[in-house]
Amino acid sequence: MSVKKFLIKFSLILVLFSSFIGKSFSLEPEKFVQSVVNKASLILTKDNFTKEQKIEKLKSIAKESVDIQGIGYYSLGGHRKNLSADQKKKYLDVFEKYFLKSFASRLAEYTDPKIYVGSQKKLNEKYTMVSSVLVATQEKPEVKIDWRIVTKNPDKPLIIDVIIEGVSLAKVQKEEFNSVIQNNDGNINALLASLEEFINK
Amino acid sequence: MKKIIMTILAGILLTFSNVSAGTDDENSLSKKTSGEVKDCFEKVNRGIFAFNQGLDNAIFEPLAKGYRKLPVPIRHGTGNVLDNLSTLMTVPNNLLQGEMKKAGQNTLRFAVNTTLGILGIFDPASGLGFDASDKEDYGQTFGTWGIGEGCYLVLPILGPSTARDAIGTIGGTIAGGDPWYNVTVKNDTHYFTDFDYYGSSATNGINFRAKNIESFENLEQNSMDFYASVRSLYLQDRRQKIKNSKKVTDTMDDGDWEEIESN
Repeated sequence: MSVKKFLIKFSLILVLFSSFIGKSFSLEPEKFVQSVVNKASLILTKDNFTKEQKIEKLKSIAKESVDIQGIGYYSLGGHRKNLSADQKKKYLDVFEKYFLKSFASRLAEYTDPKIYVGSQKKLNEKYTMVSSVLVATQEKPEVKIDWRIVTKNPDKPLIIDVIIEGVSLAKVQKEEFNSVIQNNDGNINALLASLEEFINK
Repeated sequence: MKKIIMTILAGILLTFSNVSAGTDDENSLSKKTSGEVKDCFEKVNRGIFAFNQGLDNAIFEPLAKGYRKLPVPIRHGTGNVLDNLSTLMTVPNNLLQGEMKKAGQNTLRFAVNTTLGILGIFDPASGLGFDASDKEDYGQTFGTWGIGEGCYLVLPILGPSTARDAIGTIGGTIAGGDPWYNVTVKNDTHYFTDFDYYGSSATNGINFRAKNIESFENLEQNSMDFYASVRSLYLQDRRQKIKNSKKVTDTMDDGDWEEIESN
């Protein structure tokens, strides 16, 4: 076998193999959400975990399943165009800490949320929306929860927004950040200071 | 006198609503509008918001916590009675929105639950196939007619609203659009008193507050600007309700997300 033939065969095998790998490991957004929900539920129902332990475990789930940087950029809206490279770096660092603290402490309040994941709808190449339902309890009615999933990398889908009964949590955050900046004469450092204050409280 | 006050109020609010709508593009990132939100009276609104929070801490939250200690069947029954009364406001709005089927279904629900369900304490209508539909009000009806929300407002005691919703809710009620208000406050029917209306409204507020004690606490603790968070939640919720669509994807503006791509 000539070297040329060998190289062609080898490349062909490599291409086929990589496409097989791609297909076998690409994760359907619907299944991805279900697995994240299951992991979180498992932690929340563990009686032998303290609240602090639960928060730490939830943080690690968020780190691997949420597009924190994407949410951070989205939350800044048009203001991110005015950031210097240093400010951007600092913002993303502070935002991640803020997000994880806020996200985990919000979720840790739930004891045993029963979420059923239903259908998914591909919006475009970048985003897919997954629908789910938080089952009604004696105290509270059923709640519709939709998840916006970034599918730019099909092998690693990530959550970028949670929409509860039509209310986008990312949008709430964006409008809150905008308000903080606007009420400080457009000074982005005021937002950074508020984020740091939140992290340290 | 009420008519004069309402006309003046409507005039002022619509004037501001038109002014802000007309300057949307120029001020899209100005302090007045803060993006998509037209918060024309932000300073006053924040003052009233702080007042409402004080009132909530002193009165409504303790009452809501006390209410939560009542046995579940009592709370459930109270919630059912209030939901049944709200149907009186929903039906005329179903009709005004052209939702004839829903209007008929809600009328039957009201008739069945008021009689068989003993003044609405029980909900036999759902068992008979007349499922509860979403509540509707005049603010939502105005929205479905294409009237813009106008400036965001925070009303004393009543909380978040917009120019359109305030005119719809308060104006619609005073003008005779709420049958429950008509038989209790507006007309002397000898069967009901003003207390029945204001009592039911207050209980409705406490019932809502009791269902959301943890959510409110959580939101307040995790917000850097609680006022802005509540404003966003309120406005998004109203927009979703006006679209009357159960599918989130039908009501979302994806333009927002495309911004990230251009970063």
